[in-house]
Amino acid sequence: MTANYKTIVKDGLWDNNGVFSMLLGMCPAMAMTTSATNGFGMGLATAVVMAASSLLVALFRNLITPEVRIPVYILIVAAMVTLVDLAMNAWMHELYKVLGLFIPLIVSNCLPLARLEAFAAKQPVLPSFLDGLFMGLGFTIALTAIGAVREITGNGTLFADASLLLGPAFKAIEMRLLPADTGVLMMILPPGGFLVTGLLVVVKRLLDLRAGKEIQMGGAHSVA
Amino acid sequence: MKDFALMMIGAALVNNVILARFLGLCSFMGVTTRIDTAAGMGLATTFVITVSSMADWAVQHYLLDAFGLGYLRTVTFILVIASAVQFTELTIKKVSPALFQMLGIYLPLITTNCAVLGVALLLVEGHMSFLNATLFGFASSLGYSLVMVIFAGLRERLALADVPRLFAGPPLGFIVASLLAMAFMGFSGISTG
Repeated sequence: MTANYKTIVKDGLWDNNGVFSMLLGMCPAMAMTTSATNGFGMGLATAVVMAASSLLVALFRNLITPEVRIPVYILIVAAMVTLVDLAMNAWMHELYKVLGLFIPLIVSNCLPLARLEAFAAKQPVLPSFLDGLFMGLGFTIALTAIGAVREITGNGTLFADASLLLGPAFKAIEMRLLPADTGVLMMILPPGGFLVTGLLVVVKRLLDLRAGKEIQMGGAHSVA
Repeated sequence: MKDFALMMIGAALVNNVILARFLGLCSFMGVTTRIDTAAGMGLATTFVITVSSMADWAVQHYLLDAFGLGYLRTVTFILVIASAVQFTELTIKKVSPALFQMLGIYLPLITTNCAVLGVALLLVEGHMSFLNATLFGFASSLGYSLVMVIFAGLRERLALADVPRLFAGPPLGFIVASLLAMAFMGFSGISTG
């Protein structure tokens, strides 16, 4: 099967979105989305890991025997995560401190592993790299969206602290949409994470329905 | 003694692995369609988390700290966890073939349950003693099992309800989980864990 690049991009960003359609990688999607900036940073870190590990797995796909493939995938992902972990600690230290535990936890995020198993193990290098990259960017969009909704409703701001966490160039996108002290604290706390994610899945179904597409009812029934 | 009790309540209820720390959500949404599978998964995960907490503590103190290999933590921990899962699988197969049959496919997948790695990283970052670390791992996984069973019970009832098609399945599950998380926030007065 020759991969169609347009489909890869569309699948990754919207049709088969890791969070809203496949319901994979839910842990960082809720834990690290107390603000849009955190979600964006977490998503980008995951995207880098996914693109790099998809590339490596596709490169070595003929050498990896099926019996030991899962441990090999996990080790490849773990190595990439360690690189991202060290690089962020060195160059994006503020963001690294905020994301903390969830950077090493990308190893046990089911989304990279699912894409390696479903795509990179069977496809050539370039499509695999693109699949990893765009699935990762779709994940970034989802996390930024969840973070934005939680931040606006909970705190009244959008992309607060972006200049602190991502670099001075991002000063321009810091916004205050609602006056201070009008936010609903619950949205920033854990219950808000579940609530917003659930509602955004409904929004995606609604948009798909409007576009005349079949809505995905179950998501990928992952048990990992 | 009182310290241990408070620490365990904190780990199990106040800072619940699923509802407060957001770890292990894949299994939380994936295997909670029936109470018995959720309970079996909880049991197996409890065993794995406790064993890997002890093993990871030992690896961190006698291998990584001793030789200054802190940067290899992620890679070694995931290997330890994969071995712990394999060990659990062999043990359960030997001790209780019936339970082994029931858990089947779910067992190997515990390796990618982020609650296991998450708890291991938390107890290393908390600089706990060995006893503390073991109890913390055990209590955290009990909290995990408790929430799995409660949520499975709720979902068994939800499956029978007539809900709008757009909300059916996972979205309603998330909204119910949100209410459950609110209920668990009531525990936050007990201790700071």
